[in-house]
Amino acid sequence: MVSLTINNKKVSVPEDSTILEAANRNGIKVPTLCHHPQLTPFGGCRLCVVSVKGMPKPVASCTTTVSEGMEVATSTPEIENFRKLVLELILSDHPNDCMTCEATGSCALQELAYAYGVKGQEYAGERRVYAKRDGNPFIERDMEKCILCGRCVKVCDEVQGVEAIDFTYRGFRSKICPSYEDDLDCEFCGQCVSVCPTGALTGKQWARKGRYEGVREVDTTCPYCGTGCTLTAHVKGNEIVRVSSKPWSPNEGWLCVKGRFGYKFVNSPDRLTKPLIRRASGEFEETSWTAALEYTAAWFKKIREQHGADAIGGLSSARCTNEENYLFQKFIRAGVGTNNVDHCARL
Amino acid sequence: MAGLAAIFGSGAMTNSIREIEGMEIIFIIGSNTKETHPVIANCMIKAYRKGAKIIVADPRRVPMVKFAEVFLKLRPGTDIALLNGMAHVIVKEGLQNDEFIREKTEGFDAWKSSLEEFTPAKTEQITGIPKADIIKAAKMYGRSRKAGVFYTMGITQHTCGTDNVRTIANLATLTGNIGREFTGVNPLRGQNNVQGASDAACLPNVFPGYQKVDLPEVRRKFEQAWGVPLPPKRGLYATEMMTAAVDGSLKALYIMGENPVITDPNQHHTIKALENLEFLVVQDIFMTETACHAHVVLPAACSFEKEGTFSNTERRVQRVRRAVSPPGDARDDLSIIMDLSRAMGYPMDYRSPEQVLEEFGRLWPALAGITYDRIKSRGIAWPCPSKEHPGTEFLYKDGFAKKIPFMPIAFNPPAEGVCENYPFVLTTGRNLFQYHSGSMSRRVEAIEKHAGEAYIELNPADGEKIGIANGDMVRVRSRRGDVTIRARFTRRISAGTVFIPMHYREAAANVLTNDALDPDVMIPEFKVCAVDILPMEKMAAEKPRPA
Repeated sequence: MVSLTINNKKVSVPEDSTILEAANRNGIKVPTLCHHPQLTPFGGCRLCVVSVKGMPKPVASCTTTVSEGMEVATSTPEIENFRKLVLELILSDHPNDCMTCEATGSCALQELAYAYGVKGQEYAGERRVYAKRDGNPFIERDMEKCILCGRCVKVCDEVQGVEAIDFTYRGFRSKICPSYEDDLDCEFCGQCVSVCPTGALTGKQWARKGRYEGVREVDTTCPYCGTGCTLTAHVKGNEIVRVSSKPWSPNEGWLCVKGRFGYKFVNSPDRLTKPLIRRASGEFEETSWTAALEYTAAWFKKIREQHGADAIGGLSSARCTNEENYLFQKFIRAGVGTNNVDHCARL
Repeated sequence: MAGLAAIFGSGAMTNSIREIEGMEIIFIIGSNTKETHPVIANCMIKAYRKGAKIIVADPRRVPMVKFAEVFLKLRPGTDIALLNGMAHVIVKEGLQNDEFIREKTEGFDAWKSSLEEFTPAKTEQITGIPKADIIKAAKMYGRSRKAGVFYTMGITQHTCGTDNVRTIANLATLTGNIGREFTGVNPLRGQNNVQGASDAACLPNVFPGYQKVDLPEVRRKFEQAWGVPLPPKRGLYATEMMTAAVDGSLKALYIMGENPVITDPNQHHTIKALENLEFLVVQDIFMTETACHAHVVLPAACSFEKEGTFSNTERRVQRVRRAVSPPGDARDDLSIIMDLSRAMGYPMDYRSPEQVLEEFGRLWPALAGITYDRIKSRGIAWPCPSKEHPGTEFLYKDGFAKKIPFMPIAFNPPAEGVCENYPFVLTTGRNLFQYHSGSMSRRVEAIEKHAGEAYIELNPADGEKIGIANGDMVRVRSRRGDVTIRARFTRRISAGTVFIPMHYREAAANVLTNDALDPDVMIPEFKVCAVDILPMEKMAAEKPRPA
């Protein structure tokens, strides 16, 4: 352990901790934009600068490791002015269209601009202008809103192992894009969307469906593969408007294309909404629950009487819950009287 | 699963997903993890970044190969030869775990002599993998005592599926790579709740918790709990039910949330079976290809519309919560089953799904300690025998119920080999974007826009031989049927082998696949069948002329 003081408070943290980690661990908030706790440090945005006694200039707390006896100040007039300046510069080249931006309410940049009272007019000048032309159906990339924090580049490489995007060009022309500035063609896991601190990366299906007003969050388990990722469904009215995952879930907040973008089947117009009985004509006809279930029970009973219970079988589903599967086999075994029950484990 | 259960005691993954990042060696065989379990692949990549070495064995250059130290590109259906060949090297090099073998196993010497013939040269000849790579992989796995094996249907969906699993178990037993943290044998479950549906005994031979139906004391326990006499003989497996429907001995079928027309092998056989039933009731969220054949269709709620639990691949029981209400008159499966049972004269009254789980836990001690309250924010992995028990991350910490048997396994080629008329080996599986029969994912507009067309992957050299260009439509036929499908050239597959994803009803891979079964667990051989590929013009020319 290493002992140091942060804002005159004595703290003790593990060796190799960064100043930022030491501060966070002790409940001291340092503003950040490019930092993400699940990714390697970048030190790009300079918002997390702190002053360290004995060092001539402020240092980025996310990339500076602690040392014994260090004296750190996370907030001084000089540092706060510097942060304000950084924000002014970022916002000078940012389309301040929070009114219609999908990220409003969950935007780190918006929150910091609010906290520092920065409007971005002080250095107004040339703006980056990029045409939106991405044909993929999953991820909206609005590169004019990109603050070049590099989180998306890191998550794509470090977590997903895909390296679909990287920084290109230099200085004012810097931007993040796929190789040869092609359209995005990747696994579309949306990890980049989940770590983007602004509205530069959003889900295409989310557009104008709901941001935070009237949106509820419900934690549940993904209905696709057996990994069992914890999902958070964002619900407005009776519609899922987006899906995310929390970093403290067993899947650490990471999802795949199906988990993150594959929820739209829920509201599909193809959903079955009424019990159906096939008539003599061969056509299905809508009916009531009572009629459908009595008809079904009558058939099962008739076959059981004529041919025995083993002439009836049940196929259950690996898509249904434990409770439903338990009850299904109990119904087939105890209600019908046969062990002819299986599911698709092998298929 | 049955294969693994017979050897170690349970058919489930022996490690947890969390443990992956602590492994030294990750051996992936018959699993396209990056596309079928993407988030587990992320854990493997995390381990790789921390220095773990990855071995991939697959007929295709799957995406995880990017991270592999060794890639073993084997011919489909030759897994037993590869695994026996690796065991041969491990024994020859003296890398086996003698202490573990002495204390925990039986039958080592007889098994050891069965490996004699699987020399690297012979293994290369059968599998097509260069022997240097076989030796390298064997030494990597054999030297490590923190090595996890991961497999899915690439191992099990063969006529020798159970034997494949046994050879994997042999390898883990040989090195003692089981029963400790960060090491084990891990079948990755393909569907959200395969584990749970199996635990709950939607299986013809066991009651909930894998308690055998033919044991009188077990049956008595369930008869007492459920208040009725229960049938003593095992029932029919899904694949047997289809055959019984064709021969007329099965008259009625109740299908809840399954789509066998797309997911079962030999589609024509499946449709014939369903059409032959006197009564078919299908309960689903969509009018699936299977529901089209039903006499009664019951509209169900989907997982975002109900309360309950799923058990994931690592045996973790996790909450499912209602986020929205179901459309129209659709209802959750639980209430449908209860009403149907009441109409059949066997009322089952539960006030909530939690009451059902409580009953399940009373009959199977492994679940006894799991309550909805305890899994509010994070699931618990079974066995969890009491309310104070934290759950079990890895299995067999306290040893095995009996000595682990080494089982000599002979290599037998797949049921259907290539021949002059059917010169290509077809293997099937999933892709990243679609899911299983596609009833959910194909109704997601974005997914369908991006990956909505069926395709056959083949090596450009084979394409040239057939006389087609990348993107051409081709006809693929097997002894059971034929489909028209777009050709996609890719070097990730070897010449002589082709791949079709299973999701697309309009060019369903399972029109072609072989319904030959593994004799132990009745799993069909989806992963190997023989096909021919014809360009479309040739196909037109081949049509019989009118007389």
